[in-house]
Amino acid sequence: MRKLHLPLTKQEIMNLHAGDCVFLSGVVYTARDCAHKRLISMLDRGEPLPFDVRGAFIYYAGPCPAPTGKACGSCGPTTSARMNAFAPRLLREGLGGMIGKGEMDGETRRTIEECGAVYFAAVGGAGALYGNAIKRMETVAFPELLSEAVYRLEIEDFPAVVAHDAHGGSIY
Amino acid sequence: MRTLDTAEISASVYRLARRAGLTLTDSCKNALRLASEQEEGAARFALGTVLENEKIAQREQMPVCQDTGMAVVLLSLGQEVLLAGMPLKEAVDDGVRRAYADGFFRKSICDPLTRENTGDNTPAHLHVEIVEGDKVEIIFLPKGFGSENMSKLYMLVPAEGREGVINAIVNTVKAAGSRPCPPVYVGVGIGGSFDGCAYLAKKALTREVGSAHPREDVAAIQREALDKINALGIGAQGFGGKVTAIGVSCEIAPTHIAGLPVAVNIQCHCVRCEKEIL
Repeated sequence: MRKLHLPLTKQEIMNLHAGDCVFLSGVVYTARDCAHKRLISMLDRGEPLPFDVRGAFIYYAGPCPAPTGKACGSCGPTTSARMNAFAPRLLREGLGGMIGKGEMDGETRRTIEECGAVYFAAVGGAGALYGNAIKRMETVAFPELLSEAVYRLEIEDFPAVVAHDAHGGSIY
Repeated sequence: MRTLDTAEISASVYRLARRAGLTLTDSCKNALRLASEQEEGAARFALGTVLENEKIAQREQMPVCQDTGMAVVLLSLGQEVLLAGMPLKEAVDDGVRRAYADGFFRKSICDPLTRENTGDNTPAHLHVEIVEGDKVEIIFLPKGFGSENMSKLYMLVPAEGREGVINAIVNTVKAAGSRPCPPVYVGVGIGGSFDGCAYLAKKALTREVGSAHPREDVAAIQREALDKINALGIGAQGFGGKVTAIGVSCEIAPTHIAGLPVAVNIQCHCVRCEKEIL
């Protein structure tokens, strides 16, 4: 099984093809519905984003609170299609890719291809496994959004499948 | 009459919620194991991850899914029970509030317009049915919204009949595609009124995965719909495969001569449902 370390180089992204099963380690940022709305508003107002999206990976997820002794609570992926309205804009800002669950729409898939990005599908409903693979967690922005805030996560061996690749390929 | 302090109902809701957040039902686990044996490639990889996740949830005492859901409580209240103490709704919400805090569960309930989080996962969605006897049965179903969002209600005309019912079920699962975390469990309400039909579909999800309906014609609809869903080829997580649903469960009730309501409530592969009788 292939192991990858995020963020990825353009060459590493180009080597990925829909259907590849991989284990992901490295740094990701969480963001879901509310956080995306705010990030896009910040871009519209010309404000800097709370983290550098260039080359970065966003994980569509909203964790459970961390129990004592753990970096993070349960934290599986949420449905990516709800972020179709936001993903192309962030990809054009240089986002390296996304991790979520389920298919994304045509515009997002085309933008992934244009920008040389990649979308990984993690396994929905495996929150305990993913939460347990998060080794560090820091709040980056919007703490008042609770589970919907932006968190920086250090992950280790996240099982995922290449779902939409940089060549226009899709597993769905 | 039997007097029951609602503090006992609160304590029961607390126990059920804590357990449900960490546990898949046995019938769900068995169905997922069987599904895993039938698949290959990415779908098998996904189902293997799901089964491994369940073990980690038990070992680490972490919620199986981070979407610990809207707290759906189905309470059957024996008419010979006199409730004492705090109001019933308050007791149920109190159990939910404490369980979600102590269990480190996600608080997912918010105002629909302002999106402001209530902060403690209340209010629970409480259904009460008055039944005979002096017992109280409490069913706790934490309902995730990735799958709830893909659910549908159809007001068919009577002429559409049995075929229309099956098409409504299959088309709902087809339209949901990879989004609701397949393989799904499909709860179906047939008949009743607009609102009653949706409740039947939710109630159908509290039955064990794979259980046959006592009415043979309804059991046949369950079997036929399941076969057609699994012929769609969506597979686990939408990765393609033979198992798109682990079961179809129907509840039926009389309806009006002019109508044929069908509600399809999608449940992801994390079937969590706990029950106690007080």
